[in-house]
Amino acid sequence: MPISKVSRRQFLKLSAGTIGTIVVTDTAALGLDTADVKKNALGIPVKKGKEVPSVCPYCSVGCGQIVMVNDSGRIIDIQGNPDSPISEGTLCPKGAATYQLVMNEHRWTKVKYRAPGSDHWEDKPLDWAMDRIAQLVSETRDKNFNEFGEVPDGKGNTVKKRVMNTYAIASLGGATIDNEWNYAQQKLMHGLGVVYVENQARI
Amino acid sequence: MIMGSNMAECHPVAFRWPLKAKTDHGAVLMHVDPRYTRTSALCDIHAQIRAGTDIVFLGALINHVINSSRWNTDPFFKEYVVNYTNAATLVNPDYKDTEELDGVFSGLSADGKVYSAASWSYQRDPAPAPAVTEAKTFTDLLLQRVPGRPKTDPTLKDPRTVFQITKKHYARYTPEMVESVCGCSKEVFLDVAETLLNNSGREKTSNITYAVGWTQHTVGVQIIRCAGMLQALLGNIGRPGGGVLALRGHSTIQGSTDIATLYHSLPGYLNMPDARRPHDSLRDFILTEAVPLSTSYWGNYPRFAVSYFKAQFGDAATKENDYGYNYHPKITGDHSHLPMFVDMMDGKIKGFLCVGQNPAVGGQNARFQRKALAKLDWMVVRDFYETETASFWRNSPEIKAGELKTPDIKTEIFFLPSACVPEMEGSFTNTQRLLQYHEKAADPPDDCRSNLWFTYHLGKKLKAIYKDSVADRDWAIRNLTWDYEPEPAETARWRIKDEPSAYKALKEINGYTWTDKKPLPSFANLREDGSTVCGAWIYTGVVPEEGKNNSARRKGDDWISPEWGFAWPANRHIMYNRASADPEGRPWSEKKKLVFWDSVSGKWVSPSGDGIDFAPTKAPGSKGKDNGIGFDWLGGNDPFIMRADGKAWLFAPSGLVDGPLPTHYEPYESPVHNIMYKQESNPVAKVWKVPGNPYHKIADPDYPIVISTYRLTEHYLSGVMSRWLPWLAELMPELFCEVSPELAMEKGIVNGDYMTIRTARGAISARALVTRRMRPFIIGGKTIHQIGLPWHWGWQGTAQGDIVNNLSSLVADPNVTIHEGKVFTCNVSAGRKGGAE
Amino acid sequence: MDKGMFVDTSICTGCKACQVACKEWNGLEAEPEYFKKGPGAPYPVAFNFTGNSYDNTARLGARDWRHVIFIEQINSRRANSRWLFMSDSCKHCSDAACLNVCPVEAIERTDLGNVIVRQDKCVGTKLCNKACPYGVVKYNEKTRTSHKCTLCNDRIHNGMGTACAKACPTGSIQFGDVPDLKARADARLSKLRATGEAKANIYGYSEAGGLKVFYLLMDNPAIYGLPDKPVIPQRRRFSFLGGKLAAMLAGAAVIIGFRERGINKSGDRARED
Repeated sequence: MPISKVSRRQFLKLSAGTIGTIVVTDTAALGLDTADVKKNALGIPVKKGKEVPSVCPYCSVGCGQIVMVNDSGRIIDIQGNPDSPISEGTLCPKGAATYQLVMNEHRWTKVKYRAPGSDHWEDKPLDWAMDRIAQLVSETRDKNFNEFGEVPDGKGNTVKKRVMNTYAIASLGGATIDNEWNYAQQKLMHGLGVVYVENQARI
Repeated sequence: MIMGSNMAECHPVAFRWPLKAKTDHGAVLMHVDPRYTRTSALCDIHAQIRAGTDIVFLGALINHVINSSRWNTDPFFKEYVVNYTNAATLVNPDYKDTEELDGVFSGLSADGKVYSAASWSYQRDPAPAPAVTEAKTFTDLLLQRVPGRPKTDPTLKDPRTVFQITKKHYARYTPEMVESVCGCSKEVFLDVAETLLNNSGREKTSNITYAVGWTQHTVGVQIIRCAGMLQALLGNIGRPGGGVLALRGHSTIQGSTDIATLYHSLPGYLNMPDARRPHDSLRDFILTEAVPLSTSYWGNYPRFAVSYFKAQFGDAATKENDYGYNYHPKITGDHSHLPMFVDMMDGKIKGFLCVGQNPAVGGQNARFQRKALAKLDWMVVRDFYETETASFWRNSPEIKAGELKTPDIKTEIFFLPSACVPEMEGSFTNTQRLLQYHEKAADPPDDCRSNLWFTYHLGKKLKAIYKDSVADRDWAIRNLTWDYEPEPAETARWRIKDEPSAYKALKEINGYTWTDKKPLPSFANLREDGSTVCGAWIYTGVVPEEGKNNSARRKGDDWISPEWGFAWPANRHIMYNRASADPEGRPWSEKKKLVFWDSVSGKWVSPSGDGIDFAPTKAPGSKGKDNGIGFDWLGGNDPFIMRADGKAWLFAPSGLVDGPLPTHYEPYESPVHNIMYKQESNPVAKVWKVPGNPYHKIADPDYPIVISTYRLTEHYLSGVMSRWLPWLAELMPELFCEVSPELAMEKGIVNGDYMTIRTARGAISARALVTRRMRPFIIGGKTIHQIGLPWHWGWQGTAQGDIVNNLSSLVADPNVTIHEGKVFTCNVSAGRKGGAE
Repeated sequence: MDKGMFVDTSICTGCKACQVACKEWNGLEAEPEYFKKGPGAPYPVAFNFTGNSYDNTARLGARDWRHVIFIEQINSRRANSRWLFMSDSCKHCSDAACLNVCPVEAIERTDLGNVIVRQDKCVGTKLCNKACPYGVVKYNEKTRTSHKCTLCNDRIHNGMGTACAKACPTGSIQFGDVPDLKARADARLSKLRATGEAKANIYGYSEAGGLKVFYLLMDNPAIYGLPDKPVIPQRRRFSFLGGKLAAMLAGAAVIIGFRERGINKSGDRARED
């Protein structure tokens, strides 16, 4: 119900806190004494940087996040965005761990390639991999493209229909990936005739 | 009421709000669930039911509600139900219910495998004289085929009314039946029923929240429909605090459903062209798909469809060539996830693009799915870490057990590292249909790229390969419009200069005029003459004008927050919100005011700023045009504008393949026979009787224990985004199995020690977590044990463990092919199975 | 004005966001001993799988400044079941045992009332580890110093709340001025009592001179492992000894000295279990 939440949200920002100047501004807006904040801000160092609004990469609730970036462009902190009416600055343990998802020594950042039958990964240039994948997609499609296909006619027989598809390529995934990617992926797959297109929404 | 969801654990921040309702406003929270979870701990009532008996519980709630004195004496309920639902509609005299056919509906084929829905139809008036004689446009085709209005009996007394059929159907769903089938005491059931009833009405609304605890069943769709029926009967839809809320699993799983990377759907819930249906031309496609819906807002189907094809093929899409319709692929069967892997095993699928998904762990009958991967010629995995799917060829359990040999696996595999969310920009659609934009904070490291980068550049390379082809088969890829080149300003600050423009993709999704490329503010601006392009009509309005991105709005307020992000459609947060006002257009109560009719201005108004999900000037009580389509046909008291009769459906005359009314069937694998009907399980459930996918019998003595699989707060899905993070890994370090002390005693299982869980598909080891949060049920005089396994683990990452999905099978709901992961059968023993599975 | 936290366990969901948010902000690593591959095991053995409900970090530690306690209260008939959760941390006692016993005055109270271990001064006597009646302060072998929650000293001195309170999805952990928090706690307690939660109580108003981080509990403190009457050793004068000398002596003599003063052993044990 519409209780006066604007002031509550400001209060939340103030008490739960966000970074640096936002707090000072809001404190001033509430007519409180900001001297403490300023004075102490000079005394004890605190992580500070550019704040970029983001959205939590985990579940479907869509909690707001603030990604903090230092002067050399490195992500130094990710926490909840108190402005979000969905989450009001809070996060669950996964959301709170997003920083470690991004900045993680186990993350693979180079293209890896496993040749048929090989027992190891090898490093390959990104351009080479993209060219090779495009070649495989096109070859597989061309060898297995159906302009027509037999389908049931509903009376126990089959009938030949124009299908313009290929069953030889499948695409899986998308529920953690931007809408813009989902759009581009379905468009490209439909352009190629790929019909095995699925994502986690089936789960 | 939270049912089929473990909200506190799986959507912890969303749970903030019901908990606030409880602590600040005295709301009663109820949890109906097979397990006692962290959600149950915070709820006022916990009704523990045997897994897979949800429809018995919900059906009994329906039965209780419509026979209660409150429902029959408070005029609110009848007023809502008669006006806003199809309760009064008369059903075809040929329709026969499960009451008459012992558990099945009329229309079941002789082999018992498929239904014809013909007898489930409405009785109708004769068709009106068409408004047009000559069809010049696709819209004219619809105008020529408007059906007669459904016949009704507003007194609800006619035995062929939906209401009477529903009442009869659920008469056997009694509290006693709940006790014997669900294993939940009558008292607890009645407590839930009375609480729901007493908290619904003019002054109060109740909400039902669910998640995959409902979907992952062979009757998944019917469970959810049953909740929809209950809420419609209680007058809880289209009103603040009401509704049926789906808590979905991934950050933009809603978006990937809306802008479907799903085989059966085009973006915006248009159907995918299907060679099995009369879809031979665009005209046929529209006749088949749009005519049955033409008296709803789907009357605009032709505009949405043409604008989609125009977005695909641009200038090449013309009226003469059906906007490229005949070059667009058609499906010929079920190409969803499970059949995808069955066909992969058969060698039909050669190449596989796996983008941010991990079927080696998350796939049902995961051993089957991993073995299918070994049949591929090539595979591309895009992820952050070396997932189990990426590494199946070198260290999977099948390799370790010698079932697969690395040199024999001829799959050529590419691992392309992905950028993380803060390293790219784009929009997510959350579980409330809300689009939110995330900005780019930093360049991704090394070769990491956004997935949009991958698909865009792959598309460019493929278009280059086909650019000179004149073959028909290459027409679509050759003519695919493909321009998401970044403006220099978009990449100026960044190392990666060829990152495509997410904004341009979003603009295309939104739609714009083809000639001058101006974004469209509303889907009402879409045309069927090829002058507009639109990737997904439901998202129109997210980029209402050039340079304005409504998903990046960040101004919240007290309540609806209409200026935080963008809710599709048209920034409507509460769907069907015409129903928040009574038939005269007045708010049902001051407390529950949302959208109402302002007779002075002759308009619907919405002081909260929520988008009005109705025709803005259609007066309450006004009559629709009998031979019109879309909003013309709908009357002023037809809030459910996406339904062909403008009403919420208690009875589904079409759209479902397994019956018009939810009915209890036992799960495909159940320890007990169906007590309610002769028909044991869903007769039309999808099964795959293929090698490597054996099933258990009903009441199989070798597999007497019920198993549920689920998630924990501390991990995410197949673990790719959590098991590699030490902060999360240490919180839940290893796979465990939740067991009641009663079962542990019976099997000699010791808390903290290893135990083995076995099905015909596989066996795994897990640490035992013996807890009274699990309990046995007495069903038909027999003790039925139930165990629970979170399925986050695999052989990669910091926290590792066996793969729970090795146990599950390929079996699915017939409507949407979702698997039955929430309930199947197994057996357990103490001690560790030798080695890893 | 003294800052503190009010932990309302009646709305804690045991999600552990506080534990992770704390590690994130304060740069604390996961316990490195947890994931070591044992002989013959197919997977790294999770040494910290406890089998005790959903609690696998088990205690507060040098790297675990927060810890969520899980208590299952379910009888064999499954009637009136409860699953209690409590997010535990340093309580920033007004009469702080750790501060009292530190021979080198490495433990300080700041102008906002929070108690911190000065890493530049700590010499690792571990006296505070023994003295704390709540088992909060712990020694880290790598840094050879003791560690505990600082009440996010850097954040609160820059106008922000603590990281755990900020993350907490349900508002179970609330940060603020202690008198305000007490008013909220009192209001919440009367509401719960009115709805029949007879066992609900507030812990920390009087213990150890008053805890700056106090709790609304749903059962007796002992159920949560909290001592009824924590015994706080009082400050000794070390002025005649230099800091370094105290540190050298610390390992032996001083410990004995404090033991004589009667550290609350039951409380300590409860926290170590």
